[in-house]
Amino acid sequence: MHIHIADAYHEAASPLHRLDARVKVPVALALILCISLAPTGVFGVYVAYFALIMALAVLARLEPGLVLRRSLVALPFAGAAAALIFTVPGQTLARVPLLSWAISVEGLLRFSSIVFKSLLAAQAAVLLLAVTRFTDTLWALGELRMPRTLVGIVSFMLRYLFVLADEAGRMARAREARSASLEDRQRRSILFEARTTGRMIGALIVRSIERSERVYNAMLARGYDGRSLALDAPPLPVRDVIAGLGVTLAAAAILAVSLL
Amino acid sequence: MHPLDALYAPPPAPPAMHAPDGFFAPWLSILGWVVLAVLIAVALRQTRSQLGERQVPLMGVLAAAIFAGQMLNFTIPGGTSGHLLGGALAAILLGPWAALLVMTAVIAVQGLVFQDGGLLVMGLNIINMGVITAFVGYFVHRPLSRLLKGTSGTLASAFVAAYLSMVVTAAFAAVELAVSGSSPLGFALPAMVGVHAIIGVGEGLLTIFALGFILAARPDVVQGAAAPGRRSAGFALAGLAAALAITLLAPFASPYPDGLERVAEVAASPAEVEIPPVGFTVPDQPRFFGAPGDAPYEVLPDYTVPLLGQSGIGTIAAGMIGVLVVFAVAWGAARLLRRTAHDGHARP
Repeated sequence: MHIHIADAYHEAASPLHRLDARVKVPVALALILCISLAPTGVFGVYVAYFALIMALAVLARLEPGLVLRRSLVALPFAGAAAALIFTVPGQTLARVPLLSWAISVEGLLRFSSIVFKSLLAAQAAVLLLAVTRFTDTLWALGELRMPRTLVGIVSFMLRYLFVLADEAGRMARAREARSASLEDRQRRSILFEARTTGRMIGALIVRSIERSERVYNAMLARGYDGRSLALDAPPLPVRDVIAGLGVTLAAAAILAVSLL
Repeated sequence: MHPLDALYAPPPAPPAMHAPDGFFAPWLSILGWVVLAVLIAVALRQTRSQLGERQVPLMGVLAAAIFAGQMLNFTIPGGTSGHLLGGALAAILLGPWAALLVMTAVIAVQGLVFQDGGLLVMGLNIINMGVITAFVGYFVHRPLSRLLKGTSGTLASAFVAAYLSMVVTAAFAAVELAVSGSSPLGFALPAMVGVHAIIGVGEGLLTIFALGFILAARPDVVQGAAAPGRRSAGFALAGLAAALAITLLAPFASPYPDGLERVAEVAASPAEVEIPPVGFTVPDQPRFFGAPGDAPYEVLPDYTVPLLGQSGIGTIAAGMIGVLVVFAVAWGAARLLRRTAHDGHARP
C-alpha cells in the first residue's frame, strides 16, 4: 500500500525544467511580487501578466489548462474579500433585493482586481512548482541563505512524510474495518468521531517519536555528528542568470507601465 | 480505493488560512518574512541547546507526523469534515520554539509541494498558522495546567489552549486582511473569528484526545513545560499581541475619518465622480507610488457594514463570554475523559 499525494511537479524536458533552481525560485518570487504590486483595476496589465505566464508555460511544455486549473485553488479565499463589493464607497451599480445592500462600482473593481491578482500569483507558483523538483527548490533555498538546519528539518520531513502518510492510511483503513455501520443507522456522534481521530493522531505522534529515536540511532551508528554534508554547489550558469533577469525585467516593465 | 487517496486532492478546506497570494498587502507579506526569519533564527538556537544533534531527525519526523495527522479527517454531522491544525498540540508536547520549527516545516511543504497557500505570503501564513497557534497554545496551556492539577486539569487546559489558538489566529488573519484593504474589519473580524470559534471546538477535542493518548502511552515525551526559551517566546508573543492590539484599537480611537480624507470627500461632490474607464489607469484608487497629492496608500479605508455597524466592542465582549463558557464545558468534559483515557491505555 502506498499513498500518492498530489505532487505539483510535472515531469518534462524543457528549458524551464533545466534552468538552475537558484534562478527559478527568486525569479518566481519577483514575478509574484510584481503581480501583487500592480494597482487596482488595471485589467490590461493583468492580461499582460497572464500572457507572460502562459508563454512561460508553453516554453515549459505544460498544458495551459493545467496551469489554469491548478490556480483555481486560490478562488475559495475570494469569499474573504467579497464584502468589499458592498462596503467600498462609490457609485451604486445595483442593490441586492431584500437587503438593500448597494453594489458599488469601485467595490466591484477592487474585488475583481484582488481575485485576478491572486489567480495570476497562483499561476506563477504553479509554474515554478511544476518545473522544479521540491528537493531542488529546497537546495536552492539553502544556497540562498535559508538556515541549513531548517533545510535539514524540511528535507527530513519530506523523506518521512510518505512513510507516515502510509501509516495514517493504514490506521484509517483499520478504523473503517472496525466501524461497520448500516446506511440508515444514525450517524456517529461528533464526540465519538473526535475521540477516534484524536487517538489516532496521538498514536501517530507516539510512533513517530519512537521512529525518530530509531532513525537517530541509525544515523549515529553511521557517523552522524549533527552536521549534514553536501557537495559544493556548481557554479551558476551565466545563461541561466541572463534568462532569469530577462523574465524579471519583463515583469518589472509591465509593473512600470501600470504605475505610469 | 485507499482511505486517504481522496484527502489531499482538493486541499482540505476548514482552517481557511492557507491564504493564496494577492489578499495581503505586499509590504505586509514581506514584513511577515522578516519577522519569521528572526523567529526561526531564535528557534534554531533554542532547540539546538535543548536537543543537540537529535534536533534534525526529531523535528523532521514530528513535522511529518503532524502533516499526516492533518490528513485524518473526522466527519461532522451535516456533511462536512474537520481536521487538526496541530500548532497548540505541538507546543504542548515540545515547547513553543520546537513547535514553531515543526509547524514551519509543515506549512512550507504544503505551500511548496502541494500548492496549498501562496509563496510570497508564506511567511505570513506560517506566522498565522504556526507561530501564533503554537505560542498562544503554549502560553494558555502552561499557567492553566499548573493551576488545574492532575490529568483532567492538563486536558482541560489543552482544550482551552487549542480553542483559543484558533480564535486568536483567526483574529490576526482578519486584522491582516483589513490592514491590506482586502476586507473591511467590521466584516472580516466577526466572520473569521466566528467560523474559527466553531472550528476551534474540533481542534480542541482532537488535541485533548491526542494528548490524552500520549499521556497514557508515553508520558515521558510530553516535555513542553520543561522546554527552554520560555521568556524569549513570551516576549515574541507579547510583541505580536501588541501589534494586533494597536491595530484593533486604532479604529476606536478615531471614529471620524482623517481630516484630509474628509476634505477630499467634500471637495469631490458625488455629482462629479465619474465611472472610471476600464483600462490602464483608474484615477481615484489607492496607488503604491501615486502622484504627489495622492494618499500614498490607504491603510484602513473607512468601512462600515450595515448590519454590524460600530459594534466592535460588542464583538469583543461576546468573545470573552464565549471563552468562559467554553472553559466551563472543557473542564466538565475533561473530567469525563480522564476515565476514558485510562481505559484506552488498558486496551491493546
